[in-house]
Amino acid sequence: MSNRLVNILVPGVSVILGLLVGAVVMMVSGYDPVEGYIALWNGIFGDAYTIGETIRQITPYILAGLAVAFAFRTGLFNIGVEGQLIVGWFAAAYVGITFDELPKMIHLPLAIIAAALAGALWGFIPGLLKAKFKVHEVIVTIMMNYIALHTSNALIRAVSDGGDNTGGINPTASLRSEFLENMTDFSRLHYGILIALAMVLVMWLILEKTTRGFELKAVGLNQHASEYAGMNVNKNIILAMVISGAFAGLAGAMEALGTFGYASVKGGFTGIGFDGIAVALLGANTPLGVIFGATLFGSLKYGATNMPNEAGIPEEIVSIIIAIIIFFVASGYVIRLLLERFSKKKEAK
Amino acid sequence: MEHVIEMLNIRKEFGNFVANDNITLQLKKGEIHALLGENGAGKSTLMNVLFGLYQPEGGEIRVRGQEVKITDPNVANNLGIGMVHQHFMLVEDFSVTENIILGSEPTKGGMISVKAAAKKVQELSELYNLNVDPYAKIEDISVGMQQRVEILKTLYRGAEILIFDEPTASLTPQEITELIQIMRRLIEEGKSIILITHKLKEIMDVSDRVTVIRKGKGIGTVITSETNPNDLASLMVGRQVEFKTVKGVANPTTDVLEIKDLVVCDYRGVEKVKSLNLQVRKGEIVGIAGIDGNGQSELIEAITGLRKVKSGQVFMNGQEITGQRPRKVTESGVGHIPQDRHKHGLVLDFPVGHNIALQTYYSSPNSKNGFMDYSAISKKANEIIRKYDVRTQGDHEPARALSGGNQQKAIIGREIDRDPDLLIAALPTRGLDVGAIEFIHQRLIEQRDKGKAVLLISFELDEVMNVSDRIAVIYDGQIVDTLDPLQTNEQELGLLMAGQTKNGTQSTQVKEEGSTHV
Amino acid sequence: MTKRKFGLALSMVLAASTILGACGADKEETKKGNGGEEKNDFSVAMVTDVGGVDDKSFNQSAWEGIKEFGADNGLEKGDGGIDYLQSKSDADYNTNLNKLVRRDFDLVFGVGYKMQESVEEISKQKQDNKFAIIDSVVDQPNVASVLFKEQEGSYLAGVAAALMTKSKKIGFVGGMESDVIERFEAGFLEGVKAVDPSIKVDVQYAGAFDKAELGKTTANRMYSSGVDIIFHAAGGTGNGVFAEAKELKTKNPDSYVWVIGVDSDQYEEGAVGDTNVTLTSMLKRVDIAVQDLTKLAMEDKFPGGETSVYGLAEDGVALADSRGAIPEDVLAQIDEYAKKIADGDVVVPETVE
Repeated sequence: MSNRLVNILVPGVSVILGLLVGAVVMMVSGYDPVEGYIALWNGIFGDAYTIGETIRQITPYILAGLAVAFAFRTGLFNIGVEGQLIVGWFAAAYVGITFDELPKMIHLPLAIIAAALAGALWGFIPGLLKAKFKVHEVIVTIMMNYIALHTSNALIRAVSDGGDNTGGINPTASLRSEFLENMTDFSRLHYGILIALAMVLVMWLILEKTTRGFELKAVGLNQHASEYAGMNVNKNIILAMVISGAFAGLAGAMEALGTFGYASVKGGFTGIGFDGIAVALLGANTPLGVIFGATLFGSLKYGATNMPNEAGIPEEIVSIIIAIIIFFVASGYVIRLLLERFSKKKEAK
Repeated sequence: MEHVIEMLNIRKEFGNFVANDNITLQLKKGEIHALLGENGAGKSTLMNVLFGLYQPEGGEIRVRGQEVKITDPNVANNLGIGMVHQHFMLVEDFSVTENIILGSEPTKGGMISVKAAAKKVQELSELYNLNVDPYAKIEDISVGMQQRVEILKTLYRGAEILIFDEPTASLTPQEITELIQIMRRLIEEGKSIILITHKLKEIMDVSDRVTVIRKGKGIGTVITSETNPNDLASLMVGRQVEFKTVKGVANPTTDVLEIKDLVVCDYRGVEKVKSLNLQVRKGEIVGIAGIDGNGQSELIEAITGLRKVKSGQVFMNGQEITGQRPRKVTESGVGHIPQDRHKHGLVLDFPVGHNIALQTYYSSPNSKNGFMDYSAISKKANEIIRKYDVRTQGDHEPARALSGGNQQKAIIGREIDRDPDLLIAALPTRGLDVGAIEFIHQRLIEQRDKGKAVLLISFELDEVMNVSDRIAVIYDGQIVDTLDPLQTNEQELGLLMAGQTKNGTQSTQVKEEGSTHV
Repeated sequence: MTKRKFGLALSMVLAASTILGACGADKEETKKGNGGEEKNDFSVAMVTDVGGVDDKSFNQSAWEGIKEFGADNGLEKGDGGIDYLQSKSDADYNTNLNKLVRRDFDLVFGVGYKMQESVEEISKQKQDNKFAIIDSVVDQPNVASVLFKEQEGSYLAGVAAALMTKSKKIGFVGGMESDVIERFEAGFLEGVKAVDPSIKVDVQYAGAFDKAELGKTTANRMYSSGVDIIFHAAGGTGNGVFAEAKELKTKNPDSYVWVIGVDSDQYEEGAVGDTNVTLTSMLKRVDIAVQDLTKLAMEDKFPGGETSVYGLAEDGVALADSRGAIPEDVLAQIDEYAKKIADGDVVVPETVE
């Protein structure tokens, strides 16, 4: 069997298997799987509104996935995407509410850049600690998540005089667009998707085209050889975390300037940053793969909310089904193995 | 004499690549049968077929005259075939016995009974003079001892036919001698042995017959006592091989590298290079002879900027480069074939082409305005791949997929192509077969003849004596003497390397002789 | 219209790509048809906040109100009757509200102050639909807002606690800091002060409504510092307060520890064998408010753009039956305070000074 065919077959077979097992779960718990999956389908692609909302949901996943994937490609495990996203969220919202006389041409980019910088700063700290003191980035980034959560909560309280919400950003900083809203029947689809896709291109450019990307990858794969080849290993580690953090910060900007239009005090993590790890792995840490992973994750997560709505299937069962589908896609390796064995037997005959 | 194993016309394909093309190997009972071939000739593939790890596309396997299908290693085990792998498969913090019984633990009422097993291990160890303590922990015993554990593992499972895959690769000369004795003892007890190797000396020492394969094809089987190393080498490589490197007379001129009173510490802060002095001139190859661990690694790393210098100075063409970053050192005209090609020499998961560009990726024409020109890199890489005979499926193949010899050729191509004034070659031929060794030696001499300086570090006396124009003997972090290879012999070198002076007394601090320059 | 078409075209293209898609499109068609014919009864639905419909608190209370309305009017769960959707994150509020609107419910409730922005946004987009929000105010002509005078009920809880404490130390555990929870705190402190200003009240915020373990450690600290009664306004976090009190009671049945529950009658929560640690609960009758509002809407008297406030006088807040935990004479005293508030003699502040 040709490699190309296997590459196309594997994800397809994985999804179908996942759907089948999910169907069994629904049947066992007494719900109609056909109805359930129709609800899921309608929840993702049902009409212009759901398509808009699905894309809206995919947007931050792409950026969070890029953040994780970029770090992975440079040999780092960034568990801190969640925290970087939260500080980016706050930074964008803060810039969004603070300036009111600026034209959109300046205000919106300023808010976006603020988010990227905040995320970058949150990535810089673990990068620096790793480079200078060999502190493992996993520990530092996990801790930075908590610092981000509680610091941003405190800052939101501070800017809102003890309230739990920054209040709406000025329209000049908003990514929302009447055009997109009208086109998608008032969904919250915003221009952020364009930024996310642009960043996919940026990541690809950095890694595959620039000299810096060559160094970052080399350092990620073999620090000793990179040092031998005259690269500055420490500088590249820090830079990798900064770029990864900036992607995560932009994911926060999507929430602040697009979906919500404000930042509010959070009782816990958003989960987007952690899902970003799965998105990156599903996408094999490549820029294009991240789009695929984010689309799968975002669609299923958003579409699933329609299953209780349209088919009356309880949340808990829905969560199990979505987890099963993602699990099967992630274990594509097993399916690849089965396919190969199958084709080998055929050849033997 | 009966054949215990017959592999007849074995064919094994990987996609379009034929790894074994109608190879026949017949093992007689009670013989040591060597399987000889270059790196990548298909020796390991053939043995993996025998051990059940691969299924052949054609041919048949007979064990004691019976045709068999070996579908997995368990079948091989049951047929009495055991394999002693090149890379030991042992659990570090388990004891010898625990490792041996791993996978077939004897149980007594659900509990593993290590004691009975240990007794059996002890008996086997005594029978074959292996001298292994059944209760020792793997992490505490030497590499040679670990290999014996691997041998015991196969014997414990009742192996009658033992396959040794490159068994001497990581052993000391002493351990090699002991291993040969063990192999002879195994034969005495009625076992049969297949020995995979590319070392001619071992084959001549220990084997009864040799089957040679070249590029996947069986070349033939010869009786060891009726052949000689030269014939074996040409059978293996397919052409006449020169063991003695042919080279003209050196014409050294001015100093390229000058090292003055260099002191370097290892990672624990212990001084490994102690006030060392050395010069390398244009148009000569200086070989550093010495036993591993006498400061060679630290010396090279200090010159190339990979390790901090405690005191002393290093000059390149009169310019001081002491303590410079590796890039500055490289740009001052130093090429470096590193000792550990996997750790320092290559980014294994990068394509071959990227690896060939590893020292020059940042400068024109490989990089312009911060963007890479991968087509320029690919062009250059293919040029080097051709020129240095790197056998690869292309510059896009990951370096990891190449055999050791081809990886080394890629590194050498990369370093020599930059035409450095000084080429540092650390153990450039380690683990390579005769063909590749010859090729690499010729490249070093070529550089010398072009008027470049070459610094060769090797643990093999043959290599140092063959290739160098001048031999500097290193002992305990100092150059204890500098010799002319034509005026010395292995005995003298061996003594110096072991810390004896020429007149036979032990010397640790030989200041007078340590500062050497001919 | 053109936008609709675009959306339809987009979904058709996507739908055509798989068999599943074809099924989906068919199903949708039939559903829409049915929806048009069945619209003869009044239907109502709600969106919970992240607490979920079984939070033993205001989400649950709201759903019970809707269920009761459904039972009275013969409505079934599902389209054209009654229903709810749960939100898993803040991002779901908008879409859940939207989904219910699209299923043609006549009135859609957003339960909880966190949904204020979402209700405001969707109500502007869907001006022909009716919405209601609990615990917050949305100033739109098609939105009815419902507020509670939590401070009045909490005042009574404070009075009860002050009269019952032996150690003169009382605790208050809040969820997240917000206007609503501040009303609880302010009323409670005022009630305690009205009885005995010398009583100390230890005020702690957990920072979340769903962290029972945090509630437990906070309660542990309070009880071991001598506090004997804790009033919680912390949703799921408050379950930890109960857990801690029950643990103490199990270890030593004679220990004098009490919890005052919140929102609904939490008597069940406090059961330890034959005894109980629930002193009383401050009821917030979201169910009554929801039913009132739904009835008005059904009778075409929907108070759009207005804010209804439910206090003691409206039976919107009250103390639950203490089932003997509070003696008769104390209950009588509490009733006197309640009367003063209902009559307007006492005005309880909404914020902590």
